[in-house]
Amino acid sequence: MKTIIYIIQKEFKQIFRNKGMLPIIFVLPLLQLVILSNAATFEVQHIKFGYVDNDHSSTSRALVEKFSTSTYFNVLTDFPSESKASAAMLQGDVDVLLEIPRYFERDLQKEKHNNIGVTINAIDGAAAGVENVYVTQIVQRFNRNIIIDLLQPSDQLIQPAIIDTIPLFWYNQTLNYKTFMVPGILVLLVTMITLFLSGMNIVREKEIGTLEQINVTPIKKSQFIIGKLFPFWILGLGLLTIGLIIAKLIFNVPMIGSLLLMYFYTSIYILVVLGIGLFISNFTDTQQQAMFIAWFFMVIFILMSGLFTPIESMPKWAQILTEFNPIKYFVEVMRMVMLKGSGLIDILPQLSKTLLYALIMNGLAVWSYRKTN
Amino acid sequence: MNTNKVIQVGGLTKMFGDFTAVNTITFDVEKGEIFGFLGANGAGKTTAMKMLIGISKPTSGNANVAGFDVFTNAEDIKKNIGYMSQKFALYDDLTVKENITFFGGIYGLSRAKIKKKSKELIDELGLKDVAGHLVGSLPLGWKQKISFSVALLHEPKIVFLDEPTGGVDPITRRQFWEMIYKAADEGTTVFVTTHYMDEAEYCHRVSIMVNGKIEALDTPKKLKEQFKAENMNEVFLKLARG
Repeated sequence: MKTIIYIIQKEFKQIFRNKGMLPIIFVLPLLQLVILSNAATFEVQHIKFGYVDNDHSSTSRALVEKFSTSTYFNVLTDFPSESKASAAMLQGDVDVLLEIPRYFERDLQKEKHNNIGVTINAIDGAAAGVENVYVTQIVQRFNRNIIIDLLQPSDQLIQPAIIDTIPLFWYNQTLNYKTFMVPGILVLLVTMITLFLSGMNIVREKEIGTLEQINVTPIKKSQFIIGKLFPFWILGLGLLTIGLIIAKLIFNVPMIGSLLLMYFYTSIYILVVLGIGLFISNFTDTQQQAMFIAWFFMVIFILMSGLFTPIESMPKWAQILTEFNPIKYFVEVMRMVMLKGSGLIDILPQLSKTLLYALIMNGLAVWSYRKTN
Repeated sequence: MNTNKVIQVGGLTKMFGDFTAVNTITFDVEKGEIFGFLGANGAGKTTAMKMLIGISKPTSGNANVAGFDVFTNAEDIKKNIGYMSQKFALYDDLTVKENITFFGGIYGLSRAKIKKKSKELIDELGLKDVAGHLVGSLPLGWKQKISFSVALLHEPKIVFLDEPTGGVDPITRRQFWEMIYKAADEGTTVFVTTHYMDEAEYCHRVSIMVNGKIEALDTPKKLKEQFKAENMNEVFLKLARG
């Protein structure tokens, strides 16, 4: 125990003496939290909208009017011909193109049915999907009005009943993306910093030769590893604290659940990350190698965490892979506890998997650390 | 077992794949002796030393260091030896005092003992003015002397020095050897590798390794007679050239 304290003392001294690393550890992640949370949103706005009106009737103008009043579509271009419009799409000047056919109004009155063409630039598939939804909504709303306008007394019987859905968004009523993203990005920052620092720490001692000096002392493997990782465990919890304060003060993210539970889960979660970091540093000889491997895992963990893309929409095999992703559990737990107010019982599945993960990773890390080779 | 022999090595071998880095070496070192372990670069000195200090498992043979077997009791050996590696291995970003405290601490010395020892050490080396300076800011010669003192902190039976005076000026080298003699006088066995043949003359006994084998082992005087050489440099050249 006494030996461990000497190591912890030394590690903290080294961390706080490293004037180059301190801002990287504390300031950069928090800047990222502020910037990313504001920037990473799924909302598609400022859609460049163009149309070709071949009809020039009051109905076609009314339809275009609907788009121009929408807050999502802000650039409106009236193209004289389809070929000009296609050229603009190719140039990237238009995202969504509406094509109103000739005799649009006449056919609509006569046949009570008509088609309009919508072309969407789908280079970014996700944005295209969202744009399609917007367009459909506007056209549907327009439809309902036009039905009423065109209604003849004799038509009343065949008028279909309209079923409307009224969505209630629980746990995030206003669908505020920041509420959704801040806990997730906080998770990433805590993970990245603790993974990189722990991954590079022991390798660094290998590089400068002090690890060999440590290995000729009678220190026990477990003492050395606990002493080495404990400062980063504290650091991770400190980072979480600062992140939570920012989430509350700057983003006003609701924190419905218990803070204690958040800390309890995080303290176990960080053990997983530290275990992975240590495992990496045992199998690498330079900080550069360790950094590359840590990044490799980090990218996979982030993209498969459900933070940016829902896990439900991944193929089955990918969903199975996400079971091995610690970030996934952390993101789930943070969102559950912060936004939903979930309690210990609710997060038990994630908690027990994380605990198991921590035991396995640290077991592997201690096992693979060799004082003798 | 002869209690005066603190290192007993028999047929010790280390292979890396097909390459035999250390080939069945056999020797003893007595208590209080300054034992010079010589050889050209790549002759296998460092590998042999690493087996003796318990950070590299021998492929075959046997070795007993400070009364413990390198195969089964490597961790017990570590309590009884000090080691100073080729690469400077104190923490550059800690002060002289902090380094002493840290290494004293992980060898299990009490706080009071660490305090006493570090005062002694700092006085002896005349480091009072720089005790609070980061080790990284000190000249190499000073660092090496501190390194050696730190290796002796826990009063080990044997101290292993791997090229301790590499890159150090002649005056500091001389002071360094005075420190080695003092340690040996106090009963510490010194196992030292070096490339400086004048330093080899200071050793009580010298072994010379060539391609993983010990080709000669005796006092410097007898080695010079045996090889009809003026000095150790000639002995070394005759042997190393084959």
